[in-house]
Amino acid sequence: MIEIKNIVKKYGNIYAVNDISFKIDAGEVVGFLGPNGAGKSTTMNILTGYLSATSGSAKIDGVDILENPIKAKRRIGFLPEQPPLYLDMTVNEYLSFVCDLKHCSLNHKKHIDEICEVVGISDVRGRIIGHLSKGYRQRVGIAQALVGNPPVLIFDEPTVGLDPKQIIEVRSLIRSLGKKHTVILSTHILSEVKAACDRIIVIDKGKIVADELTKDIGRAVKGTRKFSAKICGDPKTVIKILKGIDGIVAVSDQGQSEDDSREYIIEADSSIDIKKPLFYALCDARMPLVGLSAAGENLEEIFISIIDGNENDRRDGNAADLQA
Amino acid sequence: MLPIYKREMYAYFTSPIGYTFVAVLLAISGALFSVTTVWMKTTSVSAYFTIMLFTYTILIPLLTMKLFSEERKTKTEQILLTSPESIFGIVFAKFSAAFTLYAGTFTISCIINYFTLSSVAGKSPVLSQFIGNTVGIILIGAAFIAVGVFMSSLTENQVIAAVTTFGAILVMLLLWLLTSSINNPVLRNIVKWFSVLDRFAYFTNGIFSVPAIVYFFSLALVFLFLTTRIYEMRRWN
Repeated sequence: MIEIKNIVKKYGNIYAVNDISFKIDAGEVVGFLGPNGAGKSTTMNILTGYLSATSGSAKIDGVDILENPIKAKRRIGFLPEQPPLYLDMTVNEYLSFVCDLKHCSLNHKKHIDEICEVVGISDVRGRIIGHLSKGYRQRVGIAQALVGNPPVLIFDEPTVGLDPKQIIEVRSLIRSLGKKHTVILSTHILSEVKAACDRIIVIDKGKIVADELTKDIGRAVKGTRKFSAKICGDPKTVIKILKGIDGIVAVSDQGQSEDDSREYIIEADSSIDIKKPLFYALCDARMPLVGLSAAGENLEEIFISIIDGNENDRRDGNAADLQA
Repeated sequence: MLPIYKREMYAYFTSPIGYTFVAVLLAISGALFSVTTVWMKTTSVSAYFTIMLFTYTILIPLLTMKLFSEERKTKTEQILLTSPESIFGIVFAKFSAAFTLYAGTFTISCIINYFTLSSVAGKSPVLSQFIGNTVGIILIGAAFIAVGVFMSSLTENQVIAAVTTFGAILVMLLLWLLTSSINNPVLRNIVKWFSVLDRFAYFTNGIFSVPAIVYFFSLALVFLFLTTRIYEMRRWN
């Protein structure tokens, strides 16, 4: 549905986006994740034809945005970072303007009714947008992107400025939109992608540093993974056994759990599977393993470790260059 | 194109700009017309139309200053530029809205002026000359609006857009003063080409000049085209 190939965007000598390529299939909900200034908005602006890339190509549904911009733009609903709202219009007037602007072929009144229902702005339709709160404005922005039922929806930081309840509502809205549309959203809030997206593309300093399904994102981490294990038996012996297993780097005793087991945090090399050896080793010692779960796998940690890892790689690369 | 045109017309009349423009244009044209014809006890209208042109230095910027600069500042231009509409379509729609408001108001003022003069002076001005002048001045207005549209696309500050438009229109109106003092024939011709008053002279003399009409049209088109280029360029930078 969306295909981006070797996109580069240079401002003077600065690369805002440096050689990004990815493909998104129909019906995917993809989160674009990165710190501020990573190039998320630039990539989205290129995808929607607001900016042109210095080199590379972007295709929506097989239509190149540069070669056939009008046809490509018909397939996109876009919510920019700052919702493009005319503050002097009422919500109704604005949405019917957008219908006209996008040459929407559906019955305008019925279509707007449906959209307002979906994003929850039916009760403010007669009000002037300038008088609405930030949360409602954001929703009108989302409504605007939905006009004409475009197959691709692109949301740039859709939950910025919303209160926690609204954030949850918008996320579930995006989830539900993902059933009918291909959705890309950008954010620097990690729990957001986890809540709303099937796939995460992490972008930092204009480059893609990870592109994984949300459930697999932990794999992108270089180095070690942490597990929390609940094991019955003498702590000293347990630690000795654990340290003897290939791949385990560190073990720390977290103290007694609710039952008669103790909790241990195990740090292991992420490239080696330690679960089975761990199980057998404890079996042999007749020390029952009563619980094992991945620990510390929250997105913040993963995110930071990906970006730091990337930075270290770059630093190492530079050092190697210098030595050479 | 039509939705953007409608949106601009709407914006003129939900803000004070549209009303201010209509009121000021009607007041100025009425006052100037009375002074130059009724008070002077003449039915010749050429002085009126020429003086009227100079009020455009103020009136046209009022109309065009916000067309692009405001949208750029509030980032609403993003919805236009990512919609299935060509950039020239957007530029032309905005130009057309400003032109409609201007030409409509001016035509109304001309009709009022014509009948006022006819009834006060007891005899009518020469109709062909009156209409020729009206068409001519409306076309010059179109060219000036295109200049204003262009200036508005260069900045996100409305005041700067207004001031630069004021300057550009004033220079175009005053160029005829320069033409006689330039010795280099090539340069003189170039300056003469931009001098709108030289062309307008045909109309004030009651000549319906086709080349002058083509000239004003092309002048407007050139600036609209330049505006389109500005927007295309900004996509790349």
